[in-house]
Amino acid sequence: MLSCAASAVRSGPSTLFRGVGLRGMATGQDLKLPALPYDYDALAPVIIPEIMEIHLTKHHQAYVTGFNNALAQLKDAEAKTDPSAIVGLQSALKFNGGGHINHAIFWKSLIPPKAWPAPGREFQPPSGPLEEQIKATWGSLDTFTAKFNAAAAGVQGSGWGWLAYNPETKGLQIATTANQDPLQPTTKLIPLLGVDVWEHAYYLQYKNVRPDYLKEIWKVINWKEAGDRFAAASKV
Amino acid sequence: MNSYSMTSTLLKMKLTKVTSMVPSTVHQTSPHSIRVTRTPRPIRARFTLVTQAMSFSLPDLPYAYDALEPFVDTQTMTIHHTKHHQTYVTNVNNVVAKYSDLQGLDLVELNKRIGKGEVPSDVSTALRNNGGGHWNHTFFWKIMTNPSNTSGPGGKLKQAIEASFGSVDALKEKFNAAATTRFGSGWAWLVVTPEGKLVVTSTPNQDNPLQAGLVDQAGTPVLGLDVWEHA
Repeated sequence: MLSCAASAVRSGPSTLFRGVGLRGMATGQDLKLPALPYDYDALAPVIIPEIMEIHLTKHHQAYVTGFNNALAQLKDAEAKTDPSAIVGLQSALKFNGGGHINHAIFWKSLIPPKAWPAPGREFQPPSGPLEEQIKATWGSLDTFTAKFNAAAAGVQGSGWGWLAYNPETKGLQIATTANQDPLQPTTKLIPLLGVDVWEHAYYLQYKNVRPDYLKEIWKVINWKEAGDRFAAASKV
Repeated sequence: MNSYSMTSTLLKMKLTKVTSMVPSTVHQTSPHSIRVTRTPRPIRARFTLVTQAMSFSLPDLPYAYDALEPFVDTQTMTIHHTKHHQTYVTNVNNVVAKYSDLQGLDLVELNKRIGKGEVPSDVSTALRNNGGGHWNHTFFWKIMTNPSNTSGPGGKLKQAIEASFGSVDALKEKFNAAATTRFGSGWAWLVVTPEGKLVVTSTPNQDNPLQAGLVDQAGTPVLGLDVWEHA
């Protein structure tokens, strides 16, 4: 709480409780809305602060609230061993739980340009084993991002683009999921980086031009996070 | 506002080589083999008059871009029509141009065939998204109007709504529930089912109730609402 208050002083009163669920007290068992690892304006001009604030405090919050509501109903249904109610709750659990999982990964997949070790660099490239694996799989980072962007731009309606680790082939893959389907629970692929291509992720700024958003977002992608996830996944 | 509508008549010339199996002469050259000679016929040219639409076109809005203010703002209407809907038109035309079987179909028939799977499989997804998107938005512009132009349903529609839902308010509640609970992108619909009932339903992405076979509830849409975030 103290760190939230400290960062609130820095960022202003509207962010005072951004690390805590806004709909009443979060119980020990409930999902909580995470705090962003940076301020709302930290990713500008790639992603404007208005989008970041609405994306976290409205969209992500709605998934957290929705999941906690569905979970409470599930506990009731379990107590009564009501299979009809239990099965009926699955889509709400998947949608809202997936929404939370995906956005929690997304916030960490992004990093402010000012946090990079080499200021003035346009983007922070991957390094170490992940960089080697990207080159081995796609030949170059540019080829990888071109293919990623094509896949992400091609998602019909709402969904996500992922750089993923396949634990069976022990290789890297580009994957997409629809709506809020979470990658690992639905495909067994392990997410290293995620990019939200729901219209709410970019529309206020990029309007209908999703390809422009995808072109720009590489300037704020957190390759260190991806590298850490790759190290953890490939160790198993 | 630009008008893109155009139809043209194409004179198609088909050159057909006609060979006939008759008359022919059968020669028995031995107990186990026969030889058939056919009298060759001259090549005949066939001329076929074909009238077809060049392609689908973006329809004009029935009103100005600012006509739905303050409920739907001008910028949203402009981008929605000139970018999103235009993209569906461009894309569906690109697909249809490659398949002569698809050419000349009206948009409703195209969507019905999409629903039945009676379209080439390698473009079925592209057709579903873009043929659906084009019909959906064409319909959408028509079922909206300047706020001063509407005072709710009347006549037979009102009677049918009251019979099916109890009241117009009850319909709105049910419709809005369908719209807000549609996960991801999609549409909410009021349809007349094949059995003649008024029912509220919703579809994902650019699916629509004309595409029977692909949707939970098929029917003829009476009202539709775009719940994609771009709307």
